[in-house]
Amino acid sequence: MQILSVLIPVSLALGGAGLIGFLWALSSRQFEDPSGDANRILMKDWDERPKR
Amino acid sequence: MAVVEFEHGGLVACPACVVVPAARDLAAVAAAGRLMLSLPAAHCAACISTVEGALAAVPGVASSRVNLTMKRVSVEAAGVSAADLVAALARVGFEAHELDAGLLSATETDRQGRDLLMRLGVAFFAMMNVMLLSVAVWSGAEGATRDMFHWISAAIAVPTVVFCGQPFFRSAAAGLRVGRFGMDFPISLALVLASMISVFETIKSGHHAYFDAAVMLCFFLLLGRYLDHRTRAVARSAAEELAALEVPRAMVLVEGVEVVRAISEVAAGDLVRVRPGGRMPVDGVVEAGASEVDRSLLTGESLPVFVGAGSTVAAGEVNLTGPLTLRVTAAGRDSSLHRMADLVAVAEGAKTKYTTLAERAARYYSPLVHLLSASAFGYWMWATAGDLRFAVNISAAVLIITCPCALGLAVPAVVTSASGRLFRKGLLIKHGTALERLAEVDTVVFDKTGTLTLGAPEVVDLAAHPVGLVAVAAGLAAASSHPLAQGLAAAARAQGIAAAEISDLREVPGYGIEGIWRGEVVRLGRADWCGAEPLAVTATYLRVGDAVRGFGFADHLRPGAEAAIAALKAQGLRIKLISGDVEAAVAELAARLGIADWVAGALPAQKLALVRDLTEAGQRVLMVGDGLNDTAALAVAHVSISPATALDAARVASDIVLLGQDMAAIGDAVRIARQATRRMVENFAISAGYNVIAVPLALIGSATPLAAALAMSLSSISVSLNAMRLK
Repeated sequence: MQILSVLIPVSLALGGAGLIGFLWALSSRQFEDPSGDANRILMKDWDERPKR
Repeated sequence: MAVVEFEHGGLVACPACVVVPAARDLAAVAAAGRLMLSLPAAHCAACISTVEGALAAVPGVASSRVNLTMKRVSVEAAGVSAADLVAALARVGFEAHELDAGLLSATETDRQGRDLLMRLGVAFFAMMNVMLLSVAVWSGAEGATRDMFHWISAAIAVPTVVFCGQPFFRSAAAGLRVGRFGMDFPISLALVLASMISVFETIKSGHHAYFDAAVMLCFFLLLGRYLDHRTRAVARSAAEELAALEVPRAMVLVEGVEVVRAISEVAAGDLVRVRPGGRMPVDGVVEAGASEVDRSLLTGESLPVFVGAGSTVAAGEVNLTGPLTLRVTAAGRDSSLHRMADLVAVAEGAKTKYTTLAERAARYYSPLVHLLSASAFGYWMWATAGDLRFAVNISAAVLIITCPCALGLAVPAVVTSASGRLFRKGLLIKHGTALERLAEVDTVVFDKTGTLTLGAPEVVDLAAHPVGLVAVAAGLAAASSHPLAQGLAAAARAQGIAAAEISDLREVPGYGIEGIWRGEVVRLGRADWCGAEPLAVTATYLRVGDAVRGFGFADHLRPGAEAAIAALKAQGLRIKLISGDVEAAVAELAARLGIADWVAGALPAQKLALVRDLTEAGQRVLMVGDGLNDTAALAVAHVSISPATALDAARVASDIVLLGQDMAAIGDAVRIARQATRRMVENFAISAGYNVIAVPLALIGSATPLAAALAMSLSSISVSLNAMRLK
């Protein structure tokens, strides 16, 4: 059962990292144009002016 | 300074900008300004490349970015007008419209959407972790271990419920204040009660805690709410775009100089110049000039009307041939166009009274949940002789299991799926209940001019005229921008008839074109000017010497009109055509499309009366129209569709807007709407089915947190899958 004291913090930290990643993506406006982004990865031409 | 100049190979006006390259970019953008264009036809990766490539090739454009979700492009450019960009896009085959960036108040909706999405993310994180911890408890953790898991779950779940449940708490409180129990009241009650009883059980080191159920409830309901919000946000932003499409400006004569002004700054008594091809921005009296005006949007007449000094014109009419100077009688809010829009606002009120399926379901559902939960509490208090802890546990379990998790997801999932599908077909659902109303329709009423036809006339009897005369007519017509003349010239070109050489061409605004052909005066224009007997149909007349002949015209059908009518007929709907145009034109079109039931020469009030009569006879009418004369009928019909080219007022009055030119989507729309309503009912049945199994278990006190979690997730997943079956 000692292993729990390691596993529980680890699993919470991993989940927390995911949450922070999501909040960062949200605040950097990566959900503004989901269908556009989905299509842009198919484009061959070099995106010279990526979204800032 | 010297170093800076050396590096950049030239003198720079702003050293600070060079030191900080980003600052220079920003300065350029600020000076240039931002233009927004709507791109209704963009749909794929190739579209993005083409549009951005075409815009980059326009000199002065700093950068452009397509937003495919919103179907618009924002352009940063200096010294470029929106019209240039629209023209550049038209050359690569994209229809684009200028948008007034100031009118697009998308930021507020954006903020709400991001707020919901953040809460959804937090709820998801909490749900996953609490679920992992709960698995241990379900699989038999005991004693101190179980307590520890419960405490960790509580530490995650309680803040999550407090934070993520806020949208529900707020709306439940707002409902309570006006004495109304909506769907949000049982939701909030279940969230609060489940959290409280779980914390209590944890303190007492009890067996059952519902932390997982509470956060899962939060997550699924937030998901439903987010879907609902997103559908509405897309519709709202597109509706705002349509309003922004017509950037209203007028050319005002100030001491003989033309000044472009916003409509709001034009006052009665001002002089306004309207060029040929322009739309009247105001109501007024013609002061100088002569021309013909196209009133089809206002009255449905396809035949242009002559106007000269002293004639009155109304906002929305299109000036065809000669420049006109108007003395303004009413502008902006006072114009006849705007008064009509106000009438519509009154009729709109009636539509919001429609009760949706979800509201009807909630009306039965909400009291039932409270009743069940309260009676379970009462019964167990009595049966266990006052064991409060046990009774509260049971009533919390009942609340959690009956909570409208699937119900909160059932409708938004179907609406999202259906409106996404319709949006891809070029139909924009503006009104939340439009889809359900569309499914109930049994009669379709069409307008003619601008709806079934495009308003671009075609010559119908070209073959009946001698080739030599057609050549003369084509030679005259080529010099004019009048729609009939352009139609005639195009038809002659298509037949391979070369236009005759005509000298001394002269356009007489409002009448026609005159020229000299083989030493003779020839005229192409109005019947009275050419000395002809007017034909029954729309026509233009050619006079060569003393001989006069008329070229008959019919309107060009909108693409997909035949397909739409065939599809609607196949679904067993009654089709009716009501037009303000003359009888011959309407009869001809009705015969072409196979519509047996038609009315010609209908005034706006008659159209309204006809639709109202149909409604009173118990029929659910779908009205499809574009003109001001249709506006009242659009507003009073059960549900209405208008093309994007319609006047503002008509678009505001209608529930659904047809974004592209192709009309075939209307047939699909009715089919998809019917299917969507069926899916909603099925979803209600599915979630009711889960309740029928799980509620008795909860009532007798044998529902474990595991059973609650299973029932909740299974019903949510099955309603979402069912919604996606929509084709």
